[in-house]
Amino acid sequence: MSLPAFIAALDLLAADAPARIGAAVDLEAWTEVRNALVGRQSGRLTDIMAGLGALAKEDRREAGQRANSVKVAIEEALAHRHAELAAAAPKSGSSFDLSMPARGRWKGAVHPVSLVIDEVIEIFRELGFTIALGPEAEHAWYNFGALNFPDDHPAMDLHDTLYLGDGQVLRTHTSPVQVRTLQQYPPPVRVLAPGNVYRRDFFDPSHAPMFAQIEGLVVDEGVSFADLKATLSHFARRFFGSTTQTRFRPSYFPFTEPSAEMDVQCGVCSGSGCSVCKQSGWIEILGAGMVHPAVLEAAGLDSERFTGWAFGMGPARTAISRHGIPDIRILYDADVRFLDQFTR
Amino acid sequence: MNLSHEWLARFVPHGRDAAAVRHLITAHVATVEGFERLRADLSSFVVARVVESEKIPDTKLSWNKVDDGSGTVLEVVCGAPNVTVGATYPFARAGTMMPAGFTIEKKKIRGFTSNGMLCSARELGLGEEHDGILALETSAAPGTALLDVLPLGDVRLTVDVLPNRPDLLSHLGVAREISALTGTALQRPAELTALASVGVVPVRGEDRVQVAGLSVRIDDVGDCPQYGAAIVTGLTVGPSPDWLRACVEAVGGRSINNIVDATNYLLHGFGQPMHAFDATKIGGGTIVVRRGRAGETLVTLDGTERRLDATMLVIADATAPIALAGVIGGRASEVTSATTTVVLEVALFAPGVVRATRRRAGLSTDASYRFERGIDPAAVAEQLALGAALLAHLGGGRVDALLHAGAAPSARATVRVRPARVALVLGETIGGDEILRLLESLGFACAPGADGAFDVTPPSWRHDVTREVDLIEEVARLRGFDRLPDVLKGVRPGTVPDHPLFATYRRVRDALVAEGLHEVRPLPFTSGHPAGAAAAELVRVMNPLADDEPFLRRSVLDTLARRAEFNLNRMQGDVRLFEVGTTFVARGTALPLEAQHVGLLVMGARRPVHFSEAQPPAFDAWDAKALASTLATAAFPGAEITLVPAATPVLWQVRAGEIVVGEVRQLTLDAPVWAKPAFGVELVLGEVSSTPIAAPGHHAHGTVTSRSRADAPVRYRALPVTPAAEFDLALLVPDAVAASQVEEVLRSVSGPQLERCELFDEFRGAGVPVGTRSLAWRLTFRHPERTLREKEIEGRRTLLLKTLEAQLGVRPRTA
Repeated sequence: MSLPAFIAALDLLAADAPARIGAAVDLEAWTEVRNALVGRQSGRLTDIMAGLGALAKEDRREAGQRANSVKVAIEEALAHRHAELAAAAPKSGSSFDLSMPARGRWKGAVHPVSLVIDEVIEIFRELGFTIALGPEAEHAWYNFGALNFPDDHPAMDLHDTLYLGDGQVLRTHTSPVQVRTLQQYPPPVRVLAPGNVYRRDFFDPSHAPMFAQIEGLVVDEGVSFADLKATLSHFARRFFGSTTQTRFRPSYFPFTEPSAEMDVQCGVCSGSGCSVCKQSGWIEILGAGMVHPAVLEAAGLDSERFTGWAFGMGPARTAISRHGIPDIRILYDADVRFLDQFTR
Repeated sequence: MNLSHEWLARFVPHGRDAAAVRHLITAHVATVEGFERLRADLSSFVVARVVESEKIPDTKLSWNKVDDGSGTVLEVVCGAPNVTVGATYPFARAGTMMPAGFTIEKKKIRGFTSNGMLCSARELGLGEEHDGILALETSAAPGTALLDVLPLGDVRLTVDVLPNRPDLLSHLGVAREISALTGTALQRPAELTALASVGVVPVRGEDRVQVAGLSVRIDDVGDCPQYGAAIVTGLTVGPSPDWLRACVEAVGGRSINNIVDATNYLLHGFGQPMHAFDATKIGGGTIVVRRGRAGETLVTLDGTERRLDATMLVIADATAPIALAGVIGGRASEVTSATTTVVLEVALFAPGVVRATRRRAGLSTDASYRFERGIDPAAVAEQLALGAALLAHLGGGRVDALLHAGAAPSARATVRVRPARVALVLGETIGGDEILRLLESLGFACAPGADGAFDVTPPSWRHDVTREVDLIEEVARLRGFDRLPDVLKGVRPGTVPDHPLFATYRRVRDALVAEGLHEVRPLPFTSGHPAGAAAAELVRVMNPLADDEPFLRRSVLDTLARRAEFNLNRMQGDVRLFEVGTTFVARGTALPLEAQHVGLLVMGARRPVHFSEAQPPAFDAWDAKALASTLATAAFPGAEITLVPAATPVLWQVRAGEIVVGEVRQLTLDAPVWAKPAFGVELVLGEVSSTPIAAPGHHAHGTVTSRSRADAPVRYRALPVTPAAEFDLALLVPDAVAASQVEEVLRSVSGPQLERCELFDEFRGAGVPVGTRSLAWRLTFRHPERTLREKEIEGRRTLLLKTLEAQLGVRPRTA
């Protein structure tokens, strides 16, 4: 090391030491600052002084004098600050109250609807499902035509649609991902497609113009309705508890045949009927069915060789009943007092 | 669709109670969503047991102790002679409203307290029996609801009939299903068995038919394949008999008069919409089924004047429209109390034109609902005769003429069903004879075909059955979905790789939750004024929900800013939000460019209050820069993340490698004065393609290459075994020079032995010339194999200072 470098290091220390000492807000901080500046183990002055021996002999005297004057100035400032802090410190002294709270850190949270989606995905992942995604602004053919919706038919009334242009819609369900996936990848296909879907439904306590949906699709040779039932019942037992009872009711979706809806026995009344299940004893969980041959054909598959099943569920409904949320709009507001209830 | 339990039982005497029917229909046919006892006025009555009874002297009264299940034995005074200790009776507690309209109150009678009333049949509105209170033959515990032990009165079942099953939109239709499920034969309801035959032979024709007093012409049999009409004369319009009134009210309707009620009865009973015209109001005795004409108007039964056009089908007389075909009648030709002659219309209108007509009119009716979905085309003629006979019977008139224009429906194509395919689709082998039995029970005609298959002709009312899989569904639901096996099988793994954006979402979400941020899922609609958005790039929803938010957002930060303002309005100033969501940019007439973005917004305290500091500091730009770096590292693992200073309002551009992936900015919010500054970060995670994968009916298998890992694995570097050498550089940096410029020089000049380079101080003030600031870096050097010599270090230091001075005008700071 050269003398100029040695002196530059001293100057730098002398320049910022007063501000550091002044910034010590209590005796504890003062001790830290002192150790950092002039501590014997790792103080900056000690580090600089260690370089004294490496200087040329004729420079050592000047270097030593400079170092000493810096040291004296720093120690004076430290003593002055110590006196100030000691005067301000409570008389009880140095005892350390361990019952006082830890330094806080904000806790983040995953949205309650995402939590449901996560759980659903986790269960189906164990069964070999992978994740497929598709666009929200969609061709009407993928949203309706390929899914066997008859043109200008009352079945369309079940999907009040937001249109973007001629033949362009905001998808009304995640089912278009079925067709996209089947066109892109050959069977066997086992996918889940979570995503947002849109309906021309005005915001009210139980309806929203956009909501999350999770689609499931299995296509292979020899896939049957019994597989659908077994897989979805397994899911229900994993999701709601190992003793969960399920029932399958006939339903109608243009893109599945046979079509069914799966209910689980109401957890509040155990099936005897209550206000939660509207006296029916059952809670509707999802719609499902065997993939309609017309859908397989729309995706260019041989509907005689391949069969499949699919389901769709709305995680928001599950989140609402699980957490006792009275109004679906709360899920969209992003009120931090609500979100903070889901910190982990 | 509302159904009367009693009415159903008259079609199919199944002998089951309403609750059992509810479960049967839900399990096999369609979901019963509503279950309403029409004697709900008895819902608060309970079963009570008399435990003690003694006569009150000199009266007909008795003083009784009654157990009503409440836990307290009640004292009740009763005037009936038949009170028996141990027996159970209907009991009205104090406060109960009686069917007659008065409320039972606690009162003193002859000095005895009475806490309620034991009831007779008449008091409950269950008949005229009033000789004594109604003894119940039940073992139900006291306190049980009376309606549970004594199913009284009718039950209204509300069935959710989906668009594929219009045949279920009548009592007959649901009765067919119950008949098939229970093996009970269908029958004609008792109220119709006494009807006389009309005694008139219908006059038939194709598109034109004429009888004395009425001619019918169909302009286009595509719109109206069949039009039947009956002339019924000598009618007296008046109130309906009790049975008819009960039917109409049981399904939720209101009794109007015998003629109108009869048409409603047949609609709900058999699913055939009908309309009765006052015959004298049909101008020229002529009915024309034709399209409406521009300029024409019609005042319909609901009193609304409607403009007509050529998309609508109307029933017209010689001069003007008198009804909207299949939707609603006209006011001018309405049946009134003065009507004596009626023309009863029983027709089949095409679903499409009825749908168009009712949409244009903005009016859906019981009739249009059924025509739109499809009625039974083979039943029109029979329903015409039945309707005419019922009108004549109820109104005391006679049927003068029947006419029927149009052709009989063409025969249905057969559908082949193979038992092997049934087994494949359902996962269980079902015998051919069982398949046959199930289908035939619902009216499917089955003929044996080759290889054990059946050629099945669906009944005329089942428009939904056109393919083999439709028949398989019939088999499955009639047997019951619950009877199918429920065993998980082994499966082959799928060919579809995870979508990479899903993994990205999970990574950025985990990183931001760990930083203390809240995930949100707001609506993506905006007012269309996000910062700097060009109008042509905004995607507009053609039929938006709200006129003030007709656009889809281009930026997630735009949405988050509105959510932050929502919180400020609720006095919440500490806001830390993020969203992974979709953004849209218009591309002319093509689908918008759709991308997955992540946005985050922080505002307010950097950490919770703690006793160690008076007030936690607020989030500043440096926090936002750190969050952006954390976020980008999570989003683009393996890429070198740099934050490049940018022009306001953007603070930094975020780059992953050479690609600009997003930005950090201070946000301008509509905020109260107490709010702290808000900072936002938005990154583009990736595009979501909406390009069609393949043409309809085709696939593109084999064209997609499998995705490989994007980021290179970390390479191991040998752990240091030599000592490091370090020194500090305190520099006077002119204000025009950025710290990053200095650092770039430090790094490039230092060479590969530079291990760390850390800015550890910034200072302005005493000793630092105006127009400059003092910045100090600590540099650490290490040679992998040997100790660095003092000379080498000194040489680097000298070179660094020389280069800095030459390139940037930066000089060392001296005391």
